[in-house]
Amino acid sequence: MSAMDHPTVILPRETRPRANQPLLQVENLVVEFPTRRGVLRAIDDVSFHIDPGEVLGVVGESGAGKSLTGASIIGLLEPPGRIAGGRIFLDGSRIDDLPPEKLRRIRGKQIGAIFQDPLTSLNPLYSVGRQLVETITTHLDMNQAEARRRAIDLLAEVGIPAPERRIDHYPHQFSGGMRQRVVIALALCANPRLIIADEPTTALDVSIQAQIIALLKRLCRDHGTAVMLITHDMGVIAETADRVAVMYAGRIAEVGPVRQVIKHALHPYTVGLMGSIPSVGVDRARLAQIDGAMPRLNAIPEGCAFNPRCPKVFDRCRVERPDLIPQGPTAVSCWLYDRKEARRG
Amino acid sequence: MADAGGAVPLLRVGGLKRYFDVSAPLLNRVLERQPRLTLRAVDGVDFAIGRGETFSIVGESGCGKSTVARLIVGLYRPTGGSIAFDGVDMARLRTRRELAQVRRRQQMIFQDPYASLNPRWRVRDIIAEPIRAFRLIDGNAAILERVGELLRHVGLAPADGEKYPHEFSGGQRQRISIARALASKPEFLVCDEPTSALDVSVQAQILNLMKDLQREFKLTYLFISHNLAVVYHISDKVAVMYLGRIAEVAPTRTLFSRPRHPYTRMLLDTIPDLDMTGRQRTPVAGEVPNPINPPSGCSFHPRCPFAADRCRAERPEPIPLADGALVACHGVEEGRLPEDVRPLKAVS
Amino acid sequence: MALAYVDTARRALDSDLFYSFRRSPATVAAAVVVLVYFFAAGLAPWIAPHNTYDVAILDLSNAFLPPAWTASGKAQFLLGTDDQGRDVLSTIMLGARVSLMVGFAAVLFAAVLGVTLGLVSGYVGGVVDAAIMRVADVMLSFPAILIALLIDGVARGVLPRDLHTRVSVYVLIFSIGLSTWVQYARTVRATTMVEKSKEYVQAARVIGLHPALIMLRHVLPNVLGPVLVIATIGLAIAVLTEATLSFLGVGVPPTQPSLGTLIRIGNNFLFSGEWWMTIVPGAALVVLVLSVNLLGDWLRDALNPKLR
Repeated sequence: MSAMDHPTVILPRETRPRANQPLLQVENLVVEFPTRRGVLRAIDDVSFHIDPGEVLGVVGESGAGKSLTGASIIGLLEPPGRIAGGRIFLDGSRIDDLPPEKLRRIRGKQIGAIFQDPLTSLNPLYSVGRQLVETITTHLDMNQAEARRRAIDLLAEVGIPAPERRIDHYPHQFSGGMRQRVVIALALCANPRLIIADEPTTALDVSIQAQIIALLKRLCRDHGTAVMLITHDMGVIAETADRVAVMYAGRIAEVGPVRQVIKHALHPYTVGLMGSIPSVGVDRARLAQIDGAMPRLNAIPEGCAFNPRCPKVFDRCRVERPDLIPQGPTAVSCWLYDRKEARRG
Repeated sequence: MADAGGAVPLLRVGGLKRYFDVSAPLLNRVLERQPRLTLRAVDGVDFAIGRGETFSIVGESGCGKSTVARLIVGLYRPTGGSIAFDGVDMARLRTRRELAQVRRRQQMIFQDPYASLNPRWRVRDIIAEPIRAFRLIDGNAAILERVGELLRHVGLAPADGEKYPHEFSGGQRQRISIARALASKPEFLVCDEPTSALDVSVQAQILNLMKDLQREFKLTYLFISHNLAVVYHISDKVAVMYLGRIAEVAPTRTLFSRPRHPYTRMLLDTIPDLDMTGRQRTPVAGEVPNPINPPSGCSFHPRCPFAADRCRAERPEPIPLADGALVACHGVEEGRLPEDVRPLKAVS
Repeated sequence: MALAYVDTARRALDSDLFYSFRRSPATVAAAVVVLVYFFAAGLAPWIAPHNTYDVAILDLSNAFLPPAWTASGKAQFLLGTDDQGRDVLSTIMLGARVSLMVGFAAVLFAAVLGVTLGLVSGYVGGVVDAAIMRVADVMLSFPAILIALLIDGVARGVLPRDLHTRVSVYVLIFSIGLSTWVQYARTVRATTMVEKSKEYVQAARVIGLHPALIMLRHVLPNVLGPVLVIATIGLAIAVLTEATLSFLGVGVPPTQPSLGTLIRIGNNFLFSGEWWMTIVPGAALVVLVLSVNLLGDWLRDALNPKLR
């Protein structure tokens, strides 16, 4: 397949040593929405990293802030939302404070994006070939003919039959699954090192979903691309991700290797979440359920955001907010795992 | 129920068809010489649902499962075939009175909790609407009391009746929707993807509630869903639909442990492996074809690994098997498909 | 009961609608102006400085007086007098009363007709929809003024002269309403089609509610938002159309002049130097229409969630 090398990018800005560093480092990210009834904090002190070639799943229920986290990284936060604190590093250089023009270049070149609805990611008025070629020539040093060649290669790689013919078709001439493949090809145009995939399979039928997941996995392996996979579907995470971060009310509840988090969840929220998922072959009269609902942004409780719904709540949870506490390969923000509590209990 | 021990199914559907005319307007058709286009959303479907049973229909988008639901509650008129509720042929009901008597006994729960409640109405009026429409209770005070009781049944407080829908979360709205459906004391609930717009933890709450209510009020459910795990959890019997036809109907455990139809096998292969067993899945190539112009013979043949010449030419009819399954597949009939047995996990 | 009203009032003051209203000074100013007009026009028979309808008190020696602030003006006639010695301020107040009444009535007529036809068209669909919308297309291809002139002309031809004078206001309302209902119908039809496909309407259908009841109870309350916006801007258009027709002489009878009639009468004297007779009612009309339009624009933006 395409033997494109990364043209060296010189990034003179705040840079960190390159050895063994994560590809993406998010530190204490805070995202706020000013409203007339006060400022709403949608993401509150979120830190995580993604290693090169790694698939990090970000899972959570609607309103947990997972999509906003992705949008903050690629600089596509919808106003009035704004990054109110924290830092984001890509490959050791800071990107959250870049001017929009520079951020735009990074967005296409080093970070690709895949969204839930493939229709909104494609311009209905242009053929997919034109959109691919435009993206390629913007970010890579190629002429029209080379770019077209590469576009056809990309379409073939994402599994579109007869790419020489299909390249001149318009988005509406593709089915939903095929459209999502085109979007993936578009995200891959400039050989990015990181792809942010926000619910890439949610709008698709189950059989297509499995195809797209398999495709994403294969592409990441072949290209060494890292993926931040945002989804509400634990099944997709289990199939695809290396590590997973579980978000709740704008914070990370638990982050660790997928197998560990799914089979031996630590945070009471993750435990409840896993118990509430019905599964084929397991006969249960009732599903385990977490009562209540995730708090609205204007009513996030003091201390641990999960405390009013937590079956294991104790006094400290209601007043003091837990940070991520390392616990073997995972880290969990829950006072149950604080060493002081362990001694006390 | 005092009558003959479930001999008559609560709902029986025979040869049900619904075609939609999707042609361009007459003028365009004449000017651009386009043919008339017919979408066969439901093309000959048979099944029966026994009292107290949960019968599920699964399938991908466009397979016609929601159309079946809407045909049964009377939102669409069938193009052909029959629907018999409790032994009464719906097509024979002529007067509004007769119809209302049957309609009261069947209600529907919808997918989108944000669109299924009128945003301008108070919750108590939303829930009271079926009571008032069927004149089940006289007097405002008595109606309000019944509304409060219904709200308690679904896990809300009677005081919530004073509020408007926008003051509730998605899960709470779905509870309100269920309370409205229960208001006319129905026996049969058609649930069209009732949890697919909800988060998993809320989905668990709603599924638990539905199971509790089924036990308490002896309800019969027709459950429409694309989520196989949810279907496994809630159903007694499952029908798999593909392009307007039923591919396979079987008791739940049979369907999931011994899938016969190649499409059922493919669907089961798409279930994500949450137990991290490392099972390799083989995603099936191809997509659902355009239902306006479905493939000849068995409509699944272009995607089927076992397709033979007969499958391309002749449409398979459902054949009953020994363990109660019904499968529409030439390969199964001819016995040329390999067995596919999937052990279910231990019953906990 | 009283407590409930207090609660409702507090919620209204706290609503997003009121918030966006407060944040726009132009809208607040427009609302104040419109309120002053409604007040002045509504109470004109009681608060106008002179009763200009009463021929007995008219004094021709007071004719053609310029406004009070000019050298030859009289303090009792603030904005001057007309050719018959009528106080211009009072004629404007009474004229605005006629204009606004015609405007409101025309808007009401158009809205009721348009909303009804739009609801039926959107909900029933099929042949009914096609028929109503073709009629609407035909209506839309004629300018409003032309329709009004046509209807007025027919009324003049058919009705005896004194009867026509008596019913001319109604003819005016009818013709303005008839020429503006299409907009309501089209908007309501589009919104109805969206609402009809929503599940709460289907839930009502599953219950077996009569279609008329579903339209009235479920769909209608949910399509009224855009109607309010059109009605507000429609009021401005109706007042203008009425003024245009009255200016052309086919409007209200000259015994009860509207703003348009005043401008027409004043126009005859514009070049002889009595500018106030046409400029002052003209300015009154412009300010009224502008303010109503500003209110309508604000309402459209405030009710449109996409622009918020």
